[in-house]
Amino acid sequence: MPMHIGEKEFTNRVDKGLGDDFMRGAVRSAQGRLQSNRAGAAEELGDWDQWRDLGQEIRSHTMENLDFYLQQLSEKVAERGGHVYFAETADDANQYVSEVIAKKNAKKIAKSKSMVTEEIALNDILEENGCEVVETDLGEYILQIDDNDPPSHIVAPALHKNKEQIRDVFKEKLGYTNTEKPEELTLFAREQLRKEFLSADVGITGCNFAVAESGSFALVTNEGNARMVSTLPKTQITVMGMERIVPTWEELDVLVSLLTRAAVGQKLTSYVTALTGPKDEDEVDGPEEFHLVIVDNGRSKMLGSEFQEALHCIRCAACINVCPVYRHVGGHAYGSIYPGPIGAVITPLLGGYDDYKELPYASSLCGACTEVCPVKIPLHEQLITHRRNIVEEEKKSGLAERLVMQGFSRVTRSSKLFNVATKMAPFLVTPFVEDGSIVKGPGPIKPWTNIRDLPVPQKERFRDWFKTREKGGTGHGQG
Amino acid sequence: MKVSLFITCLGDVFYVNAGKATVELLERFGCEVDFPETQTCCGQPAYNSGYRENTKAAAKNMITSFAHSEYVVSPSGSCAYMFHEYESMFEDDPVWQEKAIKLKEKTYELTQFLTEVLKIEDTGSEFHAKATYHTSCHMTRLLGVKEAPFKLLSHVKGLEMVDLPNRHDCCGFGGTFSIKMPAISEQMVDEKVEHIEETEAEILIGADGGCLMNIEGRIKRNNKPVKVMHIAEILNSRGEV
Repeated sequence: MPMHIGEKEFTNRVDKGLGDDFMRGAVRSAQGRLQSNRAGAAEELGDWDQWRDLGQEIRSHTMENLDFYLQQLSEKVAERGGHVYFAETADDANQYVSEVIAKKNAKKIAKSKSMVTEEIALNDILEENGCEVVETDLGEYILQIDDNDPPSHIVAPALHKNKEQIRDVFKEKLGYTNTEKPEELTLFAREQLRKEFLSADVGITGCNFAVAESGSFALVTNEGNARMVSTLPKTQITVMGMERIVPTWEELDVLVSLLTRAAVGQKLTSYVTALTGPKDEDEVDGPEEFHLVIVDNGRSKMLGSEFQEALHCIRCAACINVCPVYRHVGGHAYGSIYPGPIGAVITPLLGGYDDYKELPYASSLCGACTEVCPVKIPLHEQLITHRRNIVEEEKKSGLAERLVMQGFSRVTRSSKLFNVATKMAPFLVTPFVEDGSIVKGPGPIKPWTNIRDLPVPQKERFRDWFKTREKGGTGHGQG
Repeated sequence: MKVSLFITCLGDVFYVNAGKATVELLERFGCEVDFPETQTCCGQPAYNSGYRENTKAAAKNMITSFAHSEYVVSPSGSCAYMFHEYESMFEDDPVWQEKAIKLKEKTYELTQFLTEVLKIEDTGSEFHAKATYHTSCHMTRLLGVKEAPFKLLSHVKGLEMVDLPNRHDCCGFGGTFSIKMPAISEQMVDEKVEHIEETEAEILIGADGGCLMNIEGRIKRNNKPVKVMHIAEILNSRGEV
């Protein structure tokens, strides 16, 4: 369960999140900022919905022809002198990377941000092998310094920390003496990281998009750290999820534009780095050796399934930034390095229902996620599909719930039963009524009335009123 | 114009006044309103909880109940949208799927029906209060009814409308979500109530029984001085207190 984070029990994780006022304050303010930036950047493009259609079309076409594009990509990488490895599992990927590093006798590894390496827990393996691994994305660096605090967001991994907390981490772990001003914190981190870039033996990067037609891969950053990681060390390993691919540079253009706008509300990030294989003889920069590790780790099971659209995700986190559930519980509550709506969709697919069956229910199905997704993944519908699988295929829903739902089915299919049930309801709830509301409900109503009043069912239902009215001749209905 | 009222289970049992107002409002604009008595619940609580098979019987009952209707109008956006889900529910059953599509095509949420079919924006209503409006998620995002309530409310004489901050955030109802994830739901509804209080409105108006039940339930529990009303009640008002 490498992508798992935090306590095992979902409810404990949620309680912890809800009780963490610092985290909730940090998340609320970040969400507000990211939401308005995204809306501004989308509006600026003019026809955002058409862009989303195009994004959806590109992702859909690419997934339909994924085998072809992966083949083309690996041929092109090999033509340029790179090595390609298809890893079926997390273990396969970790083992391959470990072998490359062992062959180079490398000790220090510099990494740029990569969610897939979090997913396979590559750092743990490399550290077990005696390597020093340095995360160079500022957010990841902060978390690593803070005793490997797990990421809580897929674009801004340290979103759950405010600047004062970051100052304290630097102070405690690295002897930082300045203030919590972001400029001062960043400058300090840059100074630390510069040494690491220069002394790293191997650079490991993630991959925003690989370009099949040329065997290139593109990295989107605001810090330039990916450029350092991919040019300074002599050996470079790029790890990508098997779906992170576009056919040509033309599609790359569209998807990068969607990504940066949806993720952080920028027209373009400060750096969009594209690299193709190891350096040529006449080139000054770049690695001497290049390895591309393409990770499946459960993704191919999603191909051809009702969840194929989840593979369209370009990891912008727009869905996370608008999610009200995420705002209150924070990323760690999801128990996965993939939080929020997209996390609730893909985590059970990658990690199984046994460990993650609560996640699809951690949504009010408000649809804010679906509305902002730049490639139009029907996220809230996929959550319902998960629920259906859990109930109907896996039979993992609780007995009490199943009984209630069976009763619901019987009552709603028959107007006679429905009529009797709604007629009886006001009398059945009488013992629980106080001041015209139900305040301490029994059984399944209890979680509701623990925090809210429930109205009392009316003795004269709407249908009774309508019928009386018709009889009285004042209505026009046919009954 | 003949209109069949899809009252919704919450409307039938809890929000009878909203239902009455809906009938009177539609009649005022020349509609002949009937109430097919075999209607029950749209099945949304079961469907959204993953019990698709258990929902099919309810769906068939509703499809049959409204089979002969010219228009179906509901004072709830999310329940009206539930009729849109029936099409995919019967993806393996072309006979019922066709019937489901017919139902979907003639179903409207109340404010949507008033503005799109009856082409009315000014209902000639009068209601003296300072109010704010809660945009329900399914009605705006799934059914796509975004402007209709605001257009209608803007013409109500005496009504001062105040923008609700973060109005697009869910109120935390989410059907069975409010029961299954009560701790999270509580935080969401509290945030909603805080924003409502910021507006200093006397009335919170909404167009969906589920959201109103949730918000009103929390407001009452915490003794907040805000009254919750369905939009049909406002639009049916002629200035009486």
